[in-house]
Amino acid sequence: MTYKLGTLAVAGLMAASPVMADLVFPSLSYRTGPYAAGGIPFADGYADYFTMLNERDGGIGGVKTSVPECETAYNTEKGVECYESLKDSGGLVYQPLSTGITYQLIPKTTADDIPMHTMGYGRTSAANGAVFTHTFNYPANYWNGASGAINYLLAENGGDLNGKKISLVYHNSAYGKEPIRTLQELSKKHGFEFTEVPVDHPGQEQKSQWLQIRRDKPDYVIMYGWGVMNQVAVQEAANIRFPMENFIGIWWSGSENDVLAAGAAADGYKALTFHGVGSDFPVFDDIQTYVVDKGLAAGAGDQIGTVLYNRGLYAAMLAAEAAKTAQEIHGTADITPAMMRDGMEGLKITEEKMTELGLPNFGPTFDVSCSNHGGTGLVGVTQWDATAKEWKLISDFAPTDMDVIGPLIEEDSAAYAAENNIEPSCG
Amino acid sequence: MPEQLAYTIEVFLNGLMAGVLYALVALGFVLIYKASGIFNYAQGVMALFAAMTLVGIQNGQVPFAHLINAIFGTDVHKFGWTVHSFLAILLTVIVMIALAWAVQKFVFKHLVGQEPIILFMATIGLAYFLEGVADLMWGSELKALNVCAADGVCLPQGLNLWIDETTFNAFGYGFFIDNLDIVASIVAAILVIGLVMFAQYTKQGRAMRAVADDHQAALSVGVSLNFIWVLVWSLAGFVALVAGIMWGAKSGVQFSLSLIALKALPVLMLGGFTSIPGAIVGGLIIGVGEKLFEFLIGAPYLGGATENWFAYMLALLFLVFRPQGLFGEKIIERV
Repeated sequence: MTYKLGTLAVAGLMAASPVMADLVFPSLSYRTGPYAAGGIPFADGYADYFTMLNERDGGIGGVKTSVPECETAYNTEKGVECYESLKDSGGLVYQPLSTGITYQLIPKTTADDIPMHTMGYGRTSAANGAVFTHTFNYPANYWNGASGAINYLLAENGGDLNGKKISLVYHNSAYGKEPIRTLQELSKKHGFEFTEVPVDHPGQEQKSQWLQIRRDKPDYVIMYGWGVMNQVAVQEAANIRFPMENFIGIWWSGSENDVLAAGAAADGYKALTFHGVGSDFPVFDDIQTYVVDKGLAAGAGDQIGTVLYNRGLYAAMLAAEAAKTAQEIHGTADITPAMMRDGMEGLKITEEKMTELGLPNFGPTFDVSCSNHGGTGLVGVTQWDATAKEWKLISDFAPTDMDVIGPLIEEDSAAYAAENNIEPSCG
Repeated sequence: MPEQLAYTIEVFLNGLMAGVLYALVALGFVLIYKASGIFNYAQGVMALFAAMTLVGIQNGQVPFAHLINAIFGTDVHKFGWTVHSFLAILLTVIVMIALAWAVQKFVFKHLVGQEPIILFMATIGLAYFLEGVADLMWGSELKALNVCAADGVCLPQGLNLWIDETTFNAFGYGFFIDNLDIVASIVAAILVIGLVMFAQYTKQGRAMRAVADDHQAALSVGVSLNFIWVLVWSLAGFVALVAGIMWGAKSGVQFSLSLIALKALPVLMLGGFTSIPGAIVGGLIIGVGEKLFEFLIGAPYLGGATENWFAYMLALLFLVFRPQGLFGEKIIERV
């Protein structure tokens, strides 16, 4: 009788307690198609971090996490289908991993009250949270990248770029054209000569572009490329004997994939970044113990510590920290996408927090607010060591020129607000 | 020599070299179309598959490792040895012959007599299937490709110093010619001569031409259609391997390698779908045309990046005056 009463009591308690569903972090990955080499490590890093949280901490705030994947093949239509198919799973935040998908999802996520994080890509002016209420692009965007490159070159040249020639080799798409306006403004401000060299998709043949660079003899080349365009550009630059240390790629042109094919010729090539490189951080010990050793790694484990794996891990860490912030703000562990949005808007990344998470000096410190969804826009520079086959961070995460970028963000977001009848508000 | 003229000559020469690389891809299309009337949409993926197989064999990679590990809970990835480039090429050729046999046995044997559009659609299916198999077999990560005869004697890349110095001494401006492009041109020349001689002077080659001319007549004199089609797909597989090596050496071996087929289409439109010399001449015209247009008009006046669309525009222009292409057979169907 006592046993029966006890059983009834437990059953009653279970019925009365709310069922804690998983915190869902959908992954719009691309493990197939022409860009798979870049998509796989990111997806692995994103999944492994949440697996580590589940195994080590029991999830976030005591609630397990889940990372349902949907294959986009880096295709905009498939990406939108993935969003629609996963929407009902209660996904807390979407990372589209494509500027094309981002543009399609900005109005959809806003209407569905679901936040979206486009870290280092997407629509740059989404940094204005008063207009883009559900889109976040912290800690840095394409324009920070352009300014970061110029600031780095200024430092290399004693603060004076007057009379220097700088060429932009870019993927001839909305993504590749993003930095042009910023670089034009910076060219006026610092007096360097700026030329544009577009490369058509996919960028497998770039002979014309590099012959042009050989003739023009720019002092520096900045590249906004993706996929095969990067590997070919690095090889062609080596072919014409362009000094690799004067060749700087954006963070999407700065992974191991982009330099390995060129071998020793790629030595010295530089790339911008907004996160650390390598696996010499305490968090990787936990990834090994709680994920790899338990046979729970998303991939074969051979991508751990690569640039794009680290980027996926960093994106997952930022999402997890935003979820924690949302739990604190709303006093519940079982958060909704709308609460997650509040968490992202209240996110504060300090060095103490990064150290606590096992990622000391892994990325810039920043605060997010309603008016600033882009963070502080700090950018670092990495350099490829072909002998050691590793990227090295060769600068601090330094500020970018917000005097130039700020007005451009204001202008572009105001145009978007006018087109879409949005009343900017941070009430 | 005036600077602008020197630049134009340099662009012209580089256009020729680029054209050879386009022609290498187009050759595979021509071989299959000429013998069977099939427009092989999978030719680009065959180049990818061949290059991935070559690198996989060279590096001693275990094929289907991820699948094996997932099913049996093992952790195998490499055999622990590396294979010399020449042996790896030979083994890859055997794989491509096996692929040709499988394609004929399991796909096209069952589609004999079907409309060309059905055969074309079958090659689309084949392209996606092959891409998936390549992924499962060798993985999706980017692989560096090094074909070496001996230690340190590998496919050369970069500025040809002799040409640079010679032209500098002669014209006051050193021309840039990529060593890899020179090698590709020599290989393409050998390949074309070899293919033409094979078609002209061997029994199998003559049978191949007979099938290309008239299937029924060839059958009636005892030529085995099955054998000829396996032979043709094998040759196309070999050409795909050569194209995969040349393009893969530039960019590494990765899935976007299959997109090189896009570069072959205007070449085929211009050179004709049934002519081996047409593929070469078409490639050269497209290569030179797009590079000169980009240099003289595209970059200075249109903002650049004109090559992709200009190649197709040039091919369409030729089509207006010569629908069968420069060297294609003029087909007259009497009603």
